[in-house]
Amino acid sequence: MTDFTYTILIPLIPLAVFLFTGLTGHKMKPIVSGIIGSTGLGISAILSYYTAFQYFLNSHVAGTAFLPVKAAELTWLRLTENLVIKLGVLLDPISVMMLIVITTVSLMVHIYSIGYMKGERGYHRFFAFLSLFSFSMLGLVLATNIFQMYIFWELVGVSSFLLIGFYYEKPSAVAASKKAFIVTRFADLGFLIGILMLSFTTKTFDFISLTSPSGPAIASSGGASFLGLSLLGWSLVFIFMGGAGKSAMFPLHIWLPDAMEGPTPVSALIHAATMVVAGVYLVARLFPVFALGAPDALLVVAWVGGFSSLFAAIIACTQTDIKRVLAYSTMSQIGYMMLSLGVSGYGGHEGLGFMASNWHLFTHAFFKSLLFLGAGAVIHAVHSNDMRDMGGLRKHLPITHITFLIACFAIAGVPGFSGFFSKDEILSAAFESNMPLFYIEYAVAGITAFYMFRLYYNIFWAKETHYHHTPHEAPYIMTIPLMILAFGSVVTGFIPFSHFVTSDGLAFEAHINWSVAIPSIIIALVGIATATLLYRKVSGIPDKIAKAIPHFYKWAYHKFYFDELYLFVTKKIIFRYISTPVAWFDRHVVDGTMNGIANLTQYTSESIKDFQSGRLQQYGFVFISSAIALAIIFIFLW
Amino acid sequence: MTEGIPLYYFLVVSTLMFFIGIFGFLTRKNLITMLMSIELILNSVNINFVVFNKYLYPQNLQGHFFSLIVIAVAAAEAAVGIAIIINIYRNFRSIEVDRVDQMKN
Repeated sequence: MTDFTYTILIPLIPLAVFLFTGLTGHKMKPIVSGIIGSTGLGISAILSYYTAFQYFLNSHVAGTAFLPVKAAELTWLRLTENLVIKLGVLLDPISVMMLIVITTVSLMVHIYSIGYMKGERGYHRFFAFLSLFSFSMLGLVLATNIFQMYIFWELVGVSSFLLIGFYYEKPSAVAASKKAFIVTRFADLGFLIGILMLSFTTKTFDFISLTSPSGPAIASSGGASFLGLSLLGWSLVFIFMGGAGKSAMFPLHIWLPDAMEGPTPVSALIHAATMVVAGVYLVARLFPVFALGAPDALLVVAWVGGFSSLFAAIIACTQTDIKRVLAYSTMSQIGYMMLSLGVSGYGGHEGLGFMASNWHLFTHAFFKSLLFLGAGAVIHAVHSNDMRDMGGLRKHLPITHITFLIACFAIAGVPGFSGFFSKDEILSAAFESNMPLFYIEYAVAGITAFYMFRLYYNIFWAKETHYHHTPHEAPYIMTIPLMILAFGSVVTGFIPFSHFVTSDGLAFEAHINWSVAIPSIIIALVGIATATLLYRKVSGIPDKIAKAIPHFYKWAYHKFYFDELYLFVTKKIIFRYISTPVAWFDRHVVDGTMNGIANLTQYTSESIKDFQSGRLQQYGFVFISSAIALAIIFIFLW
Repeated sequence: MTEGIPLYYFLVVSTLMFFIGIFGFLTRKNLITMLMSIELILNSVNINFVVFNKYLYPQNLQGHFFSLIVIAVAAAEAAVGIAIIINIYRNFRSIEVDRVDQMKN
């Protein structure tokens, strides 16, 4: 066996960088902290590539399954003999794949940010938080047990909170960061309940023993059933609730669009490529338990994913803030991944969906971070997020234009670009097991192509907007990451993914299913063509369409009023009928008791404090008269 | 030398000295006077030691020795006490005890 102990350095280097730049960053020149952060991440990235090479190619015997490897593990908390919490590094195909995704995108975002954040206040703080996030995310994917994952899960939540609220002087950013934190935290409550239930049924936290097909989780046959789902099934549904919160799936999606208040590189890193796919990673991590232990829970995953992808795609067509369009598109694509996991089976070709989901995660990380960074370059040039302020930018921003177009082709699923291959595998997986979801995904594929090209044309074509000062192309430090990611968006589609990442570790051959692929290509092309027709030149048709379906349009434009619904539920119901009485109890009963104790102490000390006057003779008098009094008592009265 | 004087008389003298000392300690404001009062208290105790030894256990010498120790300690105590008083005087420009009622200036 190859020694993988060095992999613990991959998360630890960003941690060291975080501590260093966080503590000493204000003393150095801003650019230095950016360079330190990028260098640290660069080393992590090189180590990750080396690990991937070692794991997938060098140490692997062809024809055998990829086995999980515990590179390092130490006992962190020994609560009782049986309840031990460990920290460690687990390498298996999905974690190694995630290492590559995270370090690559994070490195690109670091380099890009050196240019993008130039002149901002809190430059070193930004890089310190980016390193903290990279550390947490790497720790999350390398977790050997579900509890370690939960710890890092919360850490990524915190770093996301800190980065969304980076412009802490802007009230909307503060509100968005709070919203993101509270919503994901609420979802994590479900995750924690799920962990407790799961470890109660299986008596283990460890992923290897949890996911082993002969392990306690699957062998336990799920325990007693409640409302048609076994105990195991319920625990998985709760765990999925945590994943859905992090991945902005349907009922818990409301934080993601608001999270776009953060700096754009943050949106690219956290809210497109890495953190939001943590939910997908979680389900993929526990996939054997889902697939073999509780297929019903997997069906929940599939439907939530499918619905979210359609729901978000419709909203994305109506938004005008370019980052929000991308946010909804992220939600839609993550829905794809969830759905793909949901329709997958376990083992061999049955596990096509599992492979496709991870593949899509991989390709999506490249093209979506590229889209965000491209959008960042556009925002950098025109100082606005709104696509109505843009137009005709292709002449001013040639590199951004080309790379953005490549990413649009990739996400729309045009053949030859990475998104086509992974999306096709997802569609094939859906086609083989769940027809209703398959048709939903066909529709979503078309809508995706439509709204992406609506975005593209509105930014780069359409009207010749008159700008206050001529927009200029971003500096090379920003465009080079764009080009690298554009390269990745093309070539990652040609990786024979089914040879590396599969549900049971065994390689299988996945072919493009042309009977599925050709209609999907046609649908994508129709979507693109429609967008071209409507948005390439300024025309009145989009407004007419909006007028033709006024109610639906308004509904979608306001994101189906989900924010309002949540506000209603929280403000009018939870705050009024639960929080207010609880607050009253807290203020009057809990605080009252404590204040009463404090007041009593204060009163007592107030009344006896004159006793200690500092007057020597008073002390002497008290001492001597007490001695005499005691003498009298003991001699005469006893 | 002491024949014919009963023990009782000595005890009266030492008791008087003791309470004069206590009274001085509690009433006089001047620190040096207070120190002198403490000497009175100590000396009254010395008288007790010597007298009890002489009258009750003439064959032993512990009482005499103990009073010698007390005298030595009292001398040391007076030296330390006067040093403290000088420092107080430097800080407060006074050796009145009721002015000295705070740890900080």
